[in-house]
Amino acid sequence: MKMVKSTLAVLTTAAVLGVSGFAQAGATLDAVQKKGFVQCGISDGLPGFSYADEKGNYLGLDVDVCRAVAAAVFGDATKVKYSPLTAKERFTALQSGEVDILSRNTTWTSSRDAALGLNFTGTNYYDGQGFLVNKKLGVSSAKELDGATVCIQAGTTTELNLSDYFRANGMKYTPITYDTSDESAKSVEAGRCDVLTSDQSQLYAQRIKLANPDDYVVLPEVISKEPLGPVVRQGDEEWFDIVRWTLFAMVNAEELGVTSANVEATAKDTKNPDVARLLGTEGEFGKDLKLPKDWAVQIVKQVGNYGETFDRNVGAGSELKIERGLNALWNKGGLQYAPPVR
Amino acid sequence: MQTHTFKPDLPPPRMSVGAVGWLKANLFSNWFNSLLTLFALYLIWLVVPPLLQWAIIDANWVGSTRADCTQEGACWVFIQQRFGQFMYGFYPSELRWRVDATLWLAIVGAAPLFVPQMPRKAFYGLGFLVIYPVIAWCLLHGGVFGLSVVSTSQWGGLMLTLVIASVGITGALPLGILLALGRRSNLPAIKVICVTFIEFWRGVPLITVLFMSSVMLPLFLPEGMHFDKLMRALIGVILFQSAYIAEVVRGGLQAIPKGQYEAAAAMGLGYWRMMGLVILPQALKLVIPGIVNVFIALFKDTSLVIIIGLFDLLNSIKQATTDPAWLGMATEGYAFAALVFWIFCFGMSRYSLHLERKLDTGHKR
Repeated sequence: MKMVKSTLAVLTTAAVLGVSGFAQAGATLDAVQKKGFVQCGISDGLPGFSYADEKGNYLGLDVDVCRAVAAAVFGDATKVKYSPLTAKERFTALQSGEVDILSRNTTWTSSRDAALGLNFTGTNYYDGQGFLVNKKLGVSSAKELDGATVCIQAGTTTELNLSDYFRANGMKYTPITYDTSDESAKSVEAGRCDVLTSDQSQLYAQRIKLANPDDYVVLPEVISKEPLGPVVRQGDEEWFDIVRWTLFAMVNAEELGVTSANVEATAKDTKNPDVARLLGTEGEFGKDLKLPKDWAVQIVKQVGNYGETFDRNVGAGSELKIERGLNALWNKGGLQYAPPVR
Repeated sequence: MQTHTFKPDLPPPRMSVGAVGWLKANLFSNWFNSLLTLFALYLIWLVVPPLLQWAIIDANWVGSTRADCTQEGACWVFIQQRFGQFMYGFYPSELRWRVDATLWLAIVGAAPLFVPQMPRKAFYGLGFLVIYPVIAWCLLHGGVFGLSVVSTSQWGGLMLTLVIASVGITGALPLGILLALGRRSNLPAIKVICVTFIEFWRGVPLITVLFMSSVMLPLFLPEGMHFDKLMRALIGVILFQSAYIAEVVRGGLQAIPKGQYEAAAAMGLGYWRMMGLVILPQALKLVIPGIVNVFIALFKDTSLVIIIGLFDLLNSIKQATTDPAWLGMATEGYAFAALVFWIFCFGMSRYSLHLERKLDTGHKR
């Protein structure tokens, strides 16, 4: 009897988990339109990606994805409610329907995409593990780091990537692991280690914490692939398409030279058919997505094209000053590429 | 007749009075203690001057951005700029008066309880405990009397810390007392239930409870049904702490001599009257230090809600340090959090000392 009961409990659990993992097609957009806002899961604090200013407004590259989706659906980028989530609860929150989008520096991996009942809609930031060194060391490439003492900001895969990289290049190193980013920044400053390794986006944030940020440089090598992107529930293709094409619209807008400043004028008098199709002056591409005709205009006008949000949040126009690198457009040597609107 | 005149008393030896005497008695009574004193002085000299230098002398007090701060000292500008957020979290700034009003109502409403001459204190206190939470909820959350709704996800800062702590304390104490009575009950069913409950909740760490409430629970609820995150945490905290309170109170119940129970029964008092009028007043008085200890621990444990993404005081500070405009201010932030927590915990322990002295009506052993 006991046996039967516990089996039953397991089955029920599995059923509940399974059911809540899959949403019905079209259900999310309907629900979002009904409640009047997009519920967006963001990080509980990551410089440049999601953080709050003095007035309590959320800002950042990941936050802008949420705002862009709201602009596409409602024509109003402010119709977003944010749920700050910790790394551990993020997938549950999405699976259980607590949030409609998860835009929280989440690395796209096969297991997450396939096993968790989630779909990655694209990549809004190509991250990867890198190295931060003091300029005094005179090192210009990670290949010259043989025998270095390396400070590691403890992460899930940081240590593994590091040991793989040094072994593959036949180099030796001494690791020192720290739990928080503040500790590791302090120890680099005190000279306890020659190199600090972490995801590149984090290294730029670390650099600001140092007394003289200009004395330090992030080396060009990237030793791991960390594509970060927004995630939605599996099974609702319509909502998946909306989030995915919101990202694509921002990248396409940058490629076509449409900015928040010129988007309205461009929409009126453009001669370029690509631009006309993107901005809805030609064709009915918004309707296919069940969005208003001017969905892309609203995204670019209220949030900006991809280049603008990058600059404002993490790039040259921000405190972090991260270079475009992998996140440059495909025709400028980067990986940001969006299919055409046609 | 010979009269005997006393000689005037000699003054005590100079080494045993005044500052010198105090020093000799307390700090340099023998060579070992002298050594310890010198060592402690050395430690103080090592720690305190640099700390003062950093926190006060070299510190930056005025300005509005990180650029206004020098690298040498603490940058209190950060605390100043973010003070509102540390106190109220993301509560809309034009509605913060509602939080203030809630706090003032608590102070004004509870004040009569501290006046010794107040008649019918128990009734007033019970009434206050029933009515106040309703008013507080209406004020903080809104949605009635034309107050706009501020969802709990916008609550944060010290306000959230106090909400969790006070709800946890007021919820856990009555539940804990009932559990303690239940555990000592003669009815087997009640006893088994209470023992199981207490041992279960004492057996799991609070972090697990919070984690389960935020990660596992939503998966078991039907689609589209969402339990408020703060509510889940509050229920977890109350159940968890009530188990600890129950054990503390049980200690008090066991310390009451059997004669008290028998005397109360001999007077014809029923179970609840015996407990309410004779046993509990004595038992609770005995365990004040234990209960306050649990409360102080609870107050500090509230910062564990950081793992479920609620923005209490500590998490608000942590989040503010991730603003690129204020990167590298973690030390200042955590120092501030420590100060605030210390003020509250110290206040609680002082109040418990005062309570003990006030209620000390004999039974000194």
